Amino acid sequence: MGATTRRLAAVASVAVLALTGISACGDDEGGDGNVTLTVDVFGQFGYDELYRKFEASHPGVTIKERGTGANLSDYSPKLTQYLATNAGAGDIVAIEEGLLVQYKPQADKFENLLDHGAGDKKANFLDWKWDLGMADGKLMGLGTDVGGLAMCYRQDLFQKAGLPTNRDEVSKLWPTWDAYIATGERFKSAPDNGGASFVDGATNLFEAILKQNGASVGYTFYDKSNKLAVDSNPAVKQSWDTTMKMINAGLSANYQSWTDQWVAGFKQSKFATIACPAWMTGVIQGNAGDGLTGKWDIATVPGGGGNWGGSWLGVPKQGKNKKLAAELAIFLTSPEGQLGGWKAKGTLPSSPQALDDPSVKDATNAYFSGAPTGKIFAAGARNLKPLHYGPKNLAVQDQVLNASRTVEQKQRTPDQAWTQAVADAKKAAA
Amino acid sequence: MTAQITRGRHDRGSPDAAPQPPAPSRHRLTKIDLKFSPYIFISPFFIIFAIFGAFPLAYTLWVSLRKWDLLGGDGGFVGLDNYSAILKDSWFWNAVYNTFGIFLLATIPQILLALVTAYWLNKKLRARTAFRMGVLVPNVTSVAAVAIVFSQLFGRDFGLINWLIGFVGIDPIDWPAGRYSAWFAVATMVDWRWTGYHALILLAAMQAIPKDLYESASIDGASALRQFWQITVPLLRPTLLFSVIIATIGGLQLFTEPLLFNGSNNAILGGSLRQSQTVAMYLYEQGFTRFNFGYGAAIAWLLFLLIIIVSLANLVLVRRLAGGSKGAEQ
Repeated sequence: MGATTRRLAAVASVAVLALTGISACGDDEGGDGNVTLTVDVFGQFGYDELYRKFEASHPGVTIKERGTGANLSDYSPKLTQYLATNAGAGDIVAIEEGLLVQYKPQADKFENLLDHGAGDKKANFLDWKWDLGMADGKLMGLGTDVGGLAMCYRQDLFQKAGLPTNRDEVSKLWPTWDAYIATGERFKSAPDNGGASFVDGATNLFEAILKQNGASVGYTFYDKSNKLAVDSNPAVKQSWDTTMKMINAGLSANYQSWTDQWVAGFKQSKFATIACPAWMTGVIQGNAGDGLTGKWDIATVPGGGGNWGGSWLGVPKQGKNKKLAAELAIFLTSPEGQLGGWKAKGTLPSSPQALDDPSVKDATNAYFSGAPTGKIFAAGARNLKPLHYGPKNLAVQDQVLNASRTVEQKQRTPDQAWTQAVADAKKAAA
Repeated sequence: MTAQITRGRHDRGSPDAAPQPPAPSRHRLTKIDLKFSPYIFISPFFIIFAIFGAFPLAYTLWVSLRKWDLLGGDGGFVGLDNYSAILKDSWFWNAVYNTFGIFLLATIPQILLALVTAYWLNKKLRARTAFRMGVLVPNVTSVAAVAIVFSQLFGRDFGLINWLIGFVGIDPIDWPAGRYSAWFAVATMVDWRWTGYHALILLAAMQAIPKDLYESASIDGASALRQFWQITVPLLRPTLLFSVIIATIGGLQLFTEPLLFNGSNNAILGGSLRQSQTVAMYLYEQGFTRFNFGYGAAIAWLLFLLIIIVSLANLVLVRRLAGGSKGAEQ
């Protein structure tokens, strides 16, 4: 190797290193006037057909969805990082109700959708759904769905255990949560219950009960002045006690929701009931699989109604095609768009027009033994009351849910676990 | 390369030897070349390190001295407040405890196993190369894949391990629920992935040990076991040290395995009681899920200090353990 070649080699190696460094941050923005819009979601929003429709009416636009099926807890830190670094977020991002409060102090990271002609769409939404999307007089997000509560159950397992299977009769079995637990005890002591437990687990049940109990005061872990209310809001303790009663009765299959084992539990028929907000029907169908078509059914939730979940669509300021993205967000949250999500994945519309649409009102779901999902979910939707969530709601909730897990895992007694839940919640909120 | 270095040494070594420059300017260029070329050759590493190593390190230190909300932005200088808060934070100490627990549970068997594996790979085996390649295979598997497969193996209801221990009459274990069972499961993943890597490194060092040492030991009547402990291990000391330090750095930064092992809604907490939350996970929890960016940065720095302390402790320990016999010094 001569001196020149050596020097060339050195230059080349530096150049290669530099290039690999640069190419790693290359962008894939399409050229020749074509625009790609990215939509960040979690879970199932059921927008595929709507995307195709929007693409058809907007030549040159391609829509990509990221995060389909993702856990909320996987999704939220990612979205937060995108927003914090002003890079990487989709042109449209889905914001869950708990996240919405967290992002509100930083509403300036989002486009004010009122500037994009969303102002005249107010009548398309239930009032509270619209109001919650507002921050400082700006419209940060447009409502997608709401989460009316019901109770999903396995009618084939109920039959085995000698319980009624008809959904109206089943609903009559459990006017209250105590009656629900009593039914569970009957199920458990039946000579044949298919080896299944009655409830999927403490975490899902606790969340459902809490959203229901909270409705009476309008908040859960945080009161309306954003003060932590874990130990002062009776709704929290009541929900906790009911959950403990369920665990003590030995009804839990001990699954933490959203784990792989929970998902496997659906397929393996490890539990007979699960509290299900409207959006959960899509999750159940996805987890349990086609093999269990017609085995599930839907009854009313004990304790009478409640709202769990629901999301908004926001347009981050960092996007390149904000005008088009806002147009798409308005389209996806229009009554037509919400009906599309309902048909595809059972997300319950937050639009009064969509709720009145025959395709919602008269809807049945073949997977759930032809249950009249429209009647069950949509009927109560107008009466749903919004819950107030405080700034660190997710972190606090994680502590309390984990504490309930420790009882299920027999690591703690209910009393120890409650003390821990309160202490950890205070710590997480600090 | 060698040619140039020799020439350079020669030039510098004889400054007053009669110079015979072909042309003065060319001579100066050559001099510059000799002086600075080596720096250019080594510069890529340092440039890359400055950008991806030193800068983040310094920046993290700066952030750790501030109250910084990931979304809300910089809230101003707070001095060492973050650090003093962390030292009083029971969740932090819990994470430290877990990290060390898993680290010890993983590293000790790992190095011992690697040592034994290397010893056997050093023997005249059939298909030796295949075995030597084979032990490295786990290391090239993606961490995520390993963690997901092992989480299934350690599954409560449908896991292979619970099924197997069922045959000897042990009740199914809810692995992530108990602290020690969770540690054990995570340590298994780490060992599965890294034992082969360390075995290869140790093997390379073993091959560098002169054969005549063993021969003379055999003549003196030393058993194979004695030869292993008295010759092989002491001579492996520098390499063992490397292995231990690499394992320390990796072990104390453990993140992906426990995270995916707890895979669920709040996996970052490391289980219902934070049974297997490591420091790296707690750092992430604070910084990125709870947006306490300054606090997270301070945890990162404490972790950095912790790794240095433990590495130094290891240095001393390995010297003591393997360096007892002075005769083995090279």
